[in-house]
Amino acid sequence: MKVLVPVKRVVDYNVKVRVKADNSGVDIANVKMSMNPFCEIAVEEAVRLKEKGAATEIVAVSAGVTQCQETLRNAMAIGADRGILIETDAELQPLAVAKLLKAIVDKEQPQLVILGKQAIDDDSNQTGQMLAALLNWGQATFASKVEIEGGAAKVTCEVDGGLETVLIKLPAIITTDLRLNEPRYATLPNIMKAKKKQLDIVKPADLGVDVTPRLTTLKVEEPPKRKGGVKVADVAALIDKLKNEAKVI
Amino acid sequence: MPYIAPLKEFQFLLETVAPISTLAETAHFADATPDTVNAILEESAKFATGVLDPLNWSGDREGATRHDDSSVTTPKGFKAAYDGYREMGGMGLPMPQEFGGLGLPRSVVTLTDEMLHSSNMSFGLMPMLTQGAIEAMLIAGNDQIKTMFLEKMVAGEWGGTMNLTEPQAGSDLALVKTRAERVVDGTYKIFGTKIFITYGEHDWTENIVHLVLARTTDAPEGVKGISLFAVPKFLVNADGSLGARNDAYCVSLEHKLGIHGSPTAVMQYGDKGGAIGYLVGEENRGLEYMFIMMNLARFGVGLQGIGIAERAYQRAVAFARERVQSRDVGAPKNPSVPIIRHPDIRRMLLRMRSQTEAARALAMATAYAMDLVDSSDDAELKKVNQAFVELMIPVVKGWSTEMSLEVTSLGVQVHGGMGFVEETGAAQHMRDARITTIYEGTTAIQANDLIGRKMAREGGVTAKNLINAMSVFASSLSDENHVHLKATQKRLREGIEAMARAVDFNLAHFNSDVRACFAGSVPMVKLFGIVCGAWALARVGVEAAHRSAANHPDKAFYEAKLATLRFYVDTMIPEAIAAADTIVNGAQGTMALEEAAF
Repeated sequence: MKVLVPVKRVVDYNVKVRVKADNSGVDIANVKMSMNPFCEIAVEEAVRLKEKGAATEIVAVSAGVTQCQETLRNAMAIGADRGILIETDAELQPLAVAKLLKAIVDKEQPQLVILGKQAIDDDSNQTGQMLAALLNWGQATFASKVEIEGGAAKVTCEVDGGLETVLIKLPAIITTDLRLNEPRYATLPNIMKAKKKQLDIVKPADLGVDVTPRLTTLKVEEPPKRKGGVKVADVAALIDKLKNEAKVI
Repeated sequence: MPYIAPLKEFQFLLETVAPISTLAETAHFADATPDTVNAILEESAKFATGVLDPLNWSGDREGATRHDDSSVTTPKGFKAAYDGYREMGGMGLPMPQEFGGLGLPRSVVTLTDEMLHSSNMSFGLMPMLTQGAIEAMLIAGNDQIKTMFLEKMVAGEWGGTMNLTEPQAGSDLALVKTRAERVVDGTYKIFGTKIFITYGEHDWTENIVHLVLARTTDAPEGVKGISLFAVPKFLVNADGSLGARNDAYCVSLEHKLGIHGSPTAVMQYGDKGGAIGYLVGEENRGLEYMFIMMNLARFGVGLQGIGIAERAYQRAVAFARERVQSRDVGAPKNPSVPIIRHPDIRRMLLRMRSQTEAARALAMATAYAMDLVDSSDDAELKKVNQAFVELMIPVVKGWSTEMSLEVTSLGVQVHGGMGFVEETGAAQHMRDARITTIYEGTTAIQANDLIGRKMAREGGVTAKNLINAMSVFASSLSDENHVHLKATQKRLREGIEAMARAVDFNLAHFNSDVRACFAGSVPMVKLFGIVCGAWALARVGVEAAHRSAANHPDKAFYEAKLATLRFYVDTMIPEAIAAADTIVNGAQGTMALEEAAF
């Protein structure tokens, strides 16, 4: 079984992001970038499936600037067998990424696509679902446990009320939640070996996909600064403030 | 507050004093391309921050424990952390690919070692000692020894130790008494007691290979009668599987000032009939092999000094930003401020930061020279760089560790009373650092090595070449426009002049008044450290100034490097000049007081 794992290059989770002075977005010049943590979980899960004998080949794919090659090398150091970069400097929104991935799926014919449930930069939580729709495949999102049984995947999904276990026919889409696994540290020999693994580069145009953004960002702002608290005289004053000032009750 | 590896600084050093891209062009280091090296550093940093750092304090509290059956358990979490380290391939990083290592340049390993020691020095000692044992076997071991031990050790499956010290033989190894009796099958039986054996017993690996210095029955007296033996805890069968338990036991652990997580064992060999040992190299040449290996071990301890200093600095900065106390002296009407606003806190933090950066830059320049020796085809270049390395080893070891005592102590001082309380963690760094000026040769031993073997013995050729090279560099600073580099040029020249004066004194008096030279030997280490550190830091500063002038997006980082350089040359070079004065004029006072009057 071939598994496709899309990975995204994002601002490292340790970085405190800053909004650009013109409010057009977040400043990512000279900021440490790394693989989206949910994507790391996806790669790890694919590698575990391969170690269990359920998967035979893992293909990592990323879309974005040329530096995404580092992210792909990282995926290959964890255990992906080869990588594909869809190289573009254009802004990529979830629908465009889903279309690009569909084109790759058509070409590679994987039985399973494992994605992170969302990326920590824009928190869209859309790509996996959109890809499932475009492919007309089943989907199991927010997975915290995955088992492959015959031609199906038994997936435990984290839902609001608790856990929901679904059985979906392959080929299918799975998106990973935080508790699915704890990604391993890439071993240093594997980092060296990753350098020698195959990495193909294609352009969106080669795949016949128009990546033009459909959404326009009007403005990006810092969250409002927390104001200092005040002491209230008694419970009545507190309730009054909650009702009339904060308007929460 | 977690340890954060200074990866940006590491990168910059790999672009300046230790240009990794140049090394990657050689056949020897072809795999060490900048992007691969970057990935390796990042992964090592994650491991240091995520796994080793959280165990540092708990390991210090709990310490290692010896049980009645002579087994030893390390603090909670250490074994699992080691399993992670082993699986990650950490042990083989600098080791030859032939034995399963990665063969990475010393310039890279220097940085991964620093992260290891920054995050958990007690943990870092085991890989350090095991790698030392591997080195010794690579240098001198025959095929039998290499086949028996190396692959397992490079994979981190077996540990290694270095057994030199005995109760009566510390710095002076001529006094070693441990005996080795030849056995007909070509092995030896070892009898004796070794002390201060780092990780002499532990619960991390199924076997431990002890390298033991001992005398054969008919060996000559003194240092020329010492041989080196490999004594495994469990004997190794012909098929590589583990055999009988050898007669090598941990009889107690030391109670120490610091590095509590690291078990320091008293090892007893031969109480039950003799421990079986395998001769490494030839009889009576043990100390010679040790000294080749020792260069790397000493360099490694220097990196411990840098690592622990970095950690102390990070902790002190975090505290100084948070702790609000007293008003700003320049704005006394305003409310109290974080103490980082106070000029003296700034002075302390900068002394910590600038000395750490200078020591690191010098260590990296030295590591790079080692890599040139390993990778170049040019015999002359190899020779020059090897001489530079040999001259710098006692400086990197002696100065970086002495510097770490000051830096970790300042770390406590920045914390005030809270620093004296163990919970802040600042005190642990100070206690852990304290051993670094002692083991693998005290600072005085480094100083003897510097002024004797590395300078007087060759008429100071390498030292003078270095002084010339630094002078040429100082002159080249005339082409630079940055205000801090202009100031650096003046200070660096003063420092070089002081160094030349001290070297000349040493060379002129080494035969006529050797005591006077030795009285100033430790100040000589400090003088070399400060001035060579300034030179290394300034080389980094030149590139920082160029990038800043070109409005690099990370201009603030480069300007910070220059400001740190400026502080360093303005405040440390005067101490180098004072050291030169001590060397030239201080000897009489040192020896004037009669022994009986002490």
